[in-house]
Amino acid sequence: MNTGAATIADRSNGAAGRPHGENYLNCASGWRSWLFTLDHKRIGVMYLAAILFSFFLGGIFALLVRTELISPGHTIMDADSYNRAFTLHGAIMTFLFIIPGIPAALGNFVLPLLLGAKDVALPRLNLASFHIYAIGAVMAVAAILLGGVDTGWTFYTPYSTTTSGQVVMVTLAVFVLGFSSIFTGINFIVTIHKMRPAGMGWFRMPLMLWALYATAIIQVLATPVLAITVLLLVAERVLGIGVFDPALGGDPVLFQHFFWFYSHPAVYIMILPAMGVISELISTHSRKTIFGYRAIAYSSIAIAVFSFLVWGHHMFVSGQSPLATVIFSALTFSVSIPSAVKVFNWLATMYKGAIKLETPMVYALSFIFLFGIGGLTGLFLATLATDVHLHDSYFVVAHFHYTMMGGVVIAFLAGIFHWWPKMFGRLFSQKWGNIGAVLVFAGFNLTFFSQFVMGSKGMPRRYYSYPPEFEIYHQLSTYGSYLLAVGLFVAAGVLLHSLLAGRRAPANPWGGATLEWQAASPPSHHNFDGPVILTDPYDYSGLVWDAETQGFVRTAHEEVVR
Amino acid sequence: MASAAATPRYEGKHHLAHHFDTRRQQFDSHKLAMWLFLVTEVLMFGGLFCAYAIYRASHPEIFLFAHTLLDKNLGAVNTIVLLFSSFTMAWAVRAAMLGERRRLSALLAITLLCGFGFLGIKAFEYNHKWQHGFLWGQQFAYAELPDYLAGHGADAATAPDSAADAHAAAVMAELDHAAAVTVAHGHDPALIPRNVHIFFGIYFVMTGLHGIHVLAGMIVIGWLLRRSLRGDFGTRNYTAVDLGGLYWHLVDLIWIFLFPLLYLIH
Repeated sequence: MNTGAATIADRSNGAAGRPHGENYLNCASGWRSWLFTLDHKRIGVMYLAAILFSFFLGGIFALLVRTELISPGHTIMDADSYNRAFTLHGAIMTFLFIIPGIPAALGNFVLPLLLGAKDVALPRLNLASFHIYAIGAVMAVAAILLGGVDTGWTFYTPYSTTTSGQVVMVTLAVFVLGFSSIFTGINFIVTIHKMRPAGMGWFRMPLMLWALYATAIIQVLATPVLAITVLLLVAERVLGIGVFDPALGGDPVLFQHFFWFYSHPAVYIMILPAMGVISELISTHSRKTIFGYRAIAYSSIAIAVFSFLVWGHHMFVSGQSPLATVIFSALTFSVSIPSAVKVFNWLATMYKGAIKLETPMVYALSFIFLFGIGGLTGLFLATLATDVHLHDSYFVVAHFHYTMMGGVVIAFLAGIFHWWPKMFGRLFSQKWGNIGAVLVFAGFNLTFFSQFVMGSKGMPRRYYSYPPEFEIYHQLSTYGSYLLAVGLFVAAGVLLHSLLAGRRAPANPWGGATLEWQAASPPSHHNFDGPVILTDPYDYSGLVWDAETQGFVRTAHEEVVR
Repeated sequence: MASAAATPRYEGKHHLAHHFDTRRQQFDSHKLAMWLFLVTEVLMFGGLFCAYAIYRASHPEIFLFAHTLLDKNLGAVNTIVLLFSSFTMAWAVRAAMLGERRRLSALLAITLLCGFGFLGIKAFEYNHKWQHGFLWGQQFAYAELPDYLAGHGADAATAPDSAADAHAAAVMAELDHAAAVTVAHGHDPALIPRNVHIFFGIYFVMTGLHGIHVLAGMIVIGWLLRRSLRGDFGTRNYTAVDLGGLYWHLVDLIWIFLFPLLYLIH
């Protein structure tokens, strides 16, 4: 090859070694070519579609819950329907949307590209993971159609073993979905260990890979414990084995320990890949080398390790021993250290950077703001004395929505907008993208900040009705949720419009230095058409704007692999 | 077995998938994935071992009493059967590496037979528990227990271990377990603690889940045997045998822990 720039220009025109315009989306047609594909990109796209549908479904239940709560007492549904609505909102959002969200949809698409590889190490396992996800989703939807569940997404015993409804079906769906998550995790660990190109040592990997690796470790180590927990719950309900049933000498608090041993690490399965997305985006859209690369990389691993040691903070009022609560409280505080390390490094990365308020960056900035609030309010809840007051109040609801929705979902949207041109080869309207982002930000804060206030004033979570002094906060929260929904529909409209009428995307629209931007947009079936030029993932100095292709091209390169 | 004589398919079956650079990379990737999967299996059973530890620590008297209702001899025989099958499986992997196809098929067949043997003995044990109502939760037939103990007290072979009994009595006395019921049908004042069914709940979940894993392992070995007879494996293509072997060893290993924890309590 002669110069890097020439190679990349050839590649972005899609002219090198394949028919003009052929890519992974149109290289084969028919539903079989999608449903039984082994291509990580197609599997990622199918995951994305399924996960966004789950998000839509969970969002419908969220709006039903908020609408019911706009006034005390009966508004649109009775108390039993309300219990089912908030349970299904939580269960769908957790197990069908947020846990697989970033790793399975975005991760599947970008992980091999970030490595300059042709695919994940185990493509069949990858496809199996998607099929298993689909089976689990069908089971969950079937359970909803057959009457739903009213236990809350946590399925606490002894209520979950005695109430009527589809508890067995939903918990088995969770069991099945767990396998999907485990298979994704195994695949990612193996791929990152074995598929890195020569020259990409661990500390030359993009931070998204560190984040996905840390996530995969939690998926592999925590999910099996959830599997056995829900199996025991099913055995308890169907056979009455008595392990969780106090009437038979069992211990219901044991269920809580088992459940949170998975479900607390699970929140890091959600947030760690989100942090990986933000690390990539902040650096790329500030056009400045990431600050504190090693600190961010190590903090991902530190969070993964800490995640296994803090589950007891969900159980401060469950009657566990005072010594255990003190230890869990202290460990919970220590999680804030690696989290803060990341936030400070992102801020330092932006300092004196050439920040461009492109849509992904607007979402990334709102992530930092919202995750900051979500993280800091976590400290209130880790403090034993205040937790007794705030436990099971709307303060808790607001806290985890600031981290899960304000953190993970916003980062997920940021990532979708960032990699959308790569996935589908189309540019979207930045202006309307930004309008959507601002609406989401405003709606989100209106919805959940009011919940901090009413929670600290004593409004308990999951209640169907409330005294009149809470009405104003509930109304603000409900109107906020409508605004949030409008913002999300604007975002969806922007993306759909780009598919129908968007300009063709260049190979590198944002000036990213990671390897996926060397592939065409959208990439060909085998990802890269020519040799991959291995560069520092955060060195933007060689990338210049090329007016002809309307994208960035590289003028210099360091070394060549493959 | 005659089909082994047909044209070997081995030559066409050791391809390198398009996304790997070398065969070594492919093999290492598959092996690492299998090890990770085994880690998830260990953690899944780990939850059950945790439940076991918690209940055994808080209610030692249940475990000391209830384990005497299990048949140690059958458990020991099953342990030997599984250990032997692990040996034949390990040898099968070696045979696959060396390209000894006949020996590979024979060893896989023996391993599969051991699996059947294990499940057969387990089914016999389950049947015995079922007959006498030694089951989980509310299914446990407390009413039949005194008769059973009286009936077996005279039979030295299956009588509850007297040393364990004495130990149980000591533990009970120590705990001053008011709820301990002394049932005497004109015979040995057998100690029947409360909530014996907790032991059997844990016993059936642990051995049941393990049994499902044995069954899964047998399906894998059956598949390997079919491929082996077809001539799929050779010196350059034995990954599937190797990984199947790893899984079978894990299934064996879990039983090695289950046997003393459930059958040999002091």
